[in-house]
Amino acid sequence: MRLGFNFWLGASLTALVILAGALAPWIAPFDPVLDADLMSSELPPDATFWFGTDAQGRDVYTRILYGAQISLTVGIVSQVINSIIGITLGMTAGYWGGWWDDLVNGLTNVMLAIPSLIFALAVMAVLGPGLPSLLVALGLTNWSWTCRIARSSTLSLKSQGYVQAAQTLGYGDLRIMFTQILPNMMGPILVMATLGMGSAVLSEAALSFLGLGIQPPFPSWGSMLTDARQLIQLAPWVAIFPGLAIFLSVLGFNLLGDGLRDSLDPHMRTRKP
Amino acid sequence: MTAPLLDIRDLRLGVSLGRSAQHPLLKNVSFQIMPGEAYGLVGESGSGKSVTSLAVMGLLKKPLAVSGGEILFKGKNLLALPKREMRRLRGNRIAMIFQEPMTALNPLSTVGRQIAEMFVLHQGKSWGEAHTLAVEALGNVRVPNPDRRAKNYPHQMSGGLRQRVMIAMALACNPDLLIADEPTTALDVTVQAEVLRLIKELCAARGTAVLFISHDLGVIASICQRVGVMYAGCLVEENETRALFENPRHDYTRGLLGALPRLGSRSEHGRQRLVDIDSIIADRSKLTETRFITPRDAQGSQP
Amino acid sequence: MTAPLLQVDDLHVRFPISGGGLLGAGRRMLHAVNGVSFSLAKGECLSIVGESGCGKSTTALSILGLQEPTAGTIRYRGQPLTGPGAPSRMQRAKAVQMVFQDPYASLNPRQSVRTSLAAPLRLHGITAASEIEGRIEAIMKNVGLTPEQARRYPHEFSGGQRQRIGIARALILEPEIVVLDEPVSALDVSIRAQIINLLLDLQEKLGLSYLMISHDLSVVEHMSDRVLVMYFGEVVEEGGWRAIFETPAHPYTRRLIAAIPDPDAALSPHAREDRFADIPLLAGRRFVADGSTAPDVFTAPAPSELVEVAGDHRVRLASV
Repeated sequence: MRLGFNFWLGASLTALVILAGALAPWIAPFDPVLDADLMSSELPPDATFWFGTDAQGRDVYTRILYGAQISLTVGIVSQVINSIIGITLGMTAGYWGGWWDDLVNGLTNVMLAIPSLIFALAVMAVLGPGLPSLLVALGLTNWSWTCRIARSSTLSLKSQGYVQAAQTLGYGDLRIMFTQILPNMMGPILVMATLGMGSAVLSEAALSFLGLGIQPPFPSWGSMLTDARQLIQLAPWVAIFPGLAIFLSVLGFNLLGDGLRDSLDPHMRTRKP
Repeated sequence: MTAPLLDIRDLRLGVSLGRSAQHPLLKNVSFQIMPGEAYGLVGESGSGKSVTSLAVMGLLKKPLAVSGGEILFKGKNLLALPKREMRRLRGNRIAMIFQEPMTALNPLSTVGRQIAEMFVLHQGKSWGEAHTLAVEALGNVRVPNPDRRAKNYPHQMSGGLRQRVMIAMALACNPDLLIADEPTTALDVTVQAEVLRLIKELCAARGTAVLFISHDLGVIASICQRVGVMYAGCLVEENETRALFENPRHDYTRGLLGALPRLGSRSEHGRQRLVDIDSIIADRSKLTETRFITPRDAQGSQP
Repeated sequence: MTAPLLQVDDLHVRFPISGGGLLGAGRRMLHAVNGVSFSLAKGECLSIVGESGCGKSTTALSILGLQEPTAGTIRYRGQPLTGPGAPSRMQRAKAVQMVFQDPYASLNPRQSVRTSLAAPLRLHGITAASEIEGRIEAIMKNVGLTPEQARRYPHEFSGGQRQRIGIARALILEPEIVVLDEPVSALDVSIRAQIINLLLDLQEKLGLSYLMISHDLSVVEHMSDRVLVMYFGEVVEEGGWRAIFETPAHPYTRRLIAAIPDPDAALSPHAREDRFADIPLLAGRRFVADGSTAPDVFTAPAPSELVEVAGDHRVRLASV
């Protein structure tokens, strides 16, 4: 199987983020929270502080390594929750139709009508701040597009001969959904999920900024970016490096998603006869 | 001897792959259509029959490109014609009908208006005159209640009626050549029979030549005077329709004809197995090496 | 006489069509199948012919259990396939299978041929690897492919080969009845003969019963033992293939046959409409629908009955 350059670039970027997060306690030169020193605040990048320091004098490089843990967890977990909810609702609604389809459609429309950040805010207000409630809030708010894609893919796949053949061969409904329909709609779903990872990282930033996400002083890329707003002219490195981290990881997720979609497609896997 | 209306000479075209490489789709195809003649191109998917028609219409899209040869229409080479003149010819002197009329009709405009547009565009008529002519044209293709039907949108019509509307549009300006690309493949058999009869009668009455493209030998036999058989981008056999069906000379033509269950043959011969084309043709790659093109003059001496 | 393999009695299928009004206002019932009855014997090929919208596909889907009939019974070896006490999808699968029209849409592009053939076997309790391999090997050979080709994915095959795989999948559970839905109409002309020959060979070899749905009357004449002609949900004529093709009684059947673009007929000096001119229409009786105008599909059809015109040859006439 030959995978393209894009896949490997995406995989490398994603691996880099995962390694950064996982190895942060060992490779970070400082402590992300405790090594605050107002005397060395807002220093530009140099040999000691590779990415400079922030307003409290903490090493930006260290905080980005630790922030990767939060961003990755938020991006992956929230998208897994979103995809599970979206696929389950969309696929069953498209397959069974009837009142269930009407209900799911109504629910999807309501979710699309409410701005997701407002909804996430409401969930956070009920659950209280912190990482677990952040994951639940982001996981519950962004499934509507996945659901729509899953539903429309199911509707078109349902009329394909091989789905009807599976019915005549005695397959049950759930087996048909998971063996015949789901694998054939994974392409767009994966792309949706990787795009969603990027927006989840950004939503986390917004919620953290409002004080409902990751509680300071613990770092996340989003909260670092929002903290850097006032310093953007005085100390641009405080904003540039977290921004670059978000950009590169979102790019990595998207390229990886594209590559996975291609590699899951048997047309790409084998030679033409 | 009269000059041919359409004279395709050594037409070569293919899919461009990169800068200079080309994957050939048509290999030196040559044939002529006389004024008023119905010429059939028969072949299977990928044989190149549809790209031939697109080349004549000047509608080849990007990776497809002509790499050699000439398409002479009334003596003028269409391939060398400026875009603007080609546009003036299209729809006016050369018209085309497609397999799926729904995709060729504008869903947001009434069929009456779409036919009228042809008169406005190509003959400079006013919208009022054009509308009267459009209703008349619908009547000519035997659409019942043409007055009322002219106000319909395409989705309000059945497939057969839509194909009639397409024919009315195509014949609106009395073109010299009508290209019909599988125009009845999507229709039911009884509707197909009516549409075929319509094309045949209208074109005969107006002296319109037809380039009829189909995979169905029966359809070709019922409408065309002369038939070309295409295989893998080559015209492998060409003859008068009757001679071709009665005395096929190329292995591929023979295989195609034998592969078809013929109505009535079971009561004569019983349920025998059909001729498997691969049992006639040992090596498909050699098929394009021989060609049987019977010249037009020869058929005059035949009985 | 033994009981027929499949017995369909007075099958009705109606679909609700929403009229666009609120709360179901303007909802009408589309009468897709109206009182269709027929039986299929072991080893027989019965064809249902008609044009789009005549109800032939809906009838086939009812038999496959993919469409719930509104009324009527379908019996397989005397056991009802519909209503309470109907067998599960699993049990039905061993009785009736289907070969689809479009070979490109009928195979899951993400499953190798082997997976497509092995999964149903496992589902039906055949789990021994050696038996699965044996069955796959046998079926691949039966449809004219090599067992090694089972490792490939559908896109690596041509249209004709895909249709062979579709046939293999339909036969893997060894059903007695195979529904053929326009089995060759999506194939290239030169491939059709091979698939028709294969279907006839398999029928002889395995003693299969075919229920073929088709609009291609040349193929129907070639393959069928008996023919049902359907028009707007009703059977308008039924009989042996010879009766239908040589002495058709219903004007719609005659129109269908005359409309076939057949090279011999097109080139013969006699107009095709004349072919049946010397066969008299039934004098004194009225045809309910003669095919010249489309009936209203939203009302139940006018009362009519199938009248025997010769042994095993019936035609629908208006009730007196």
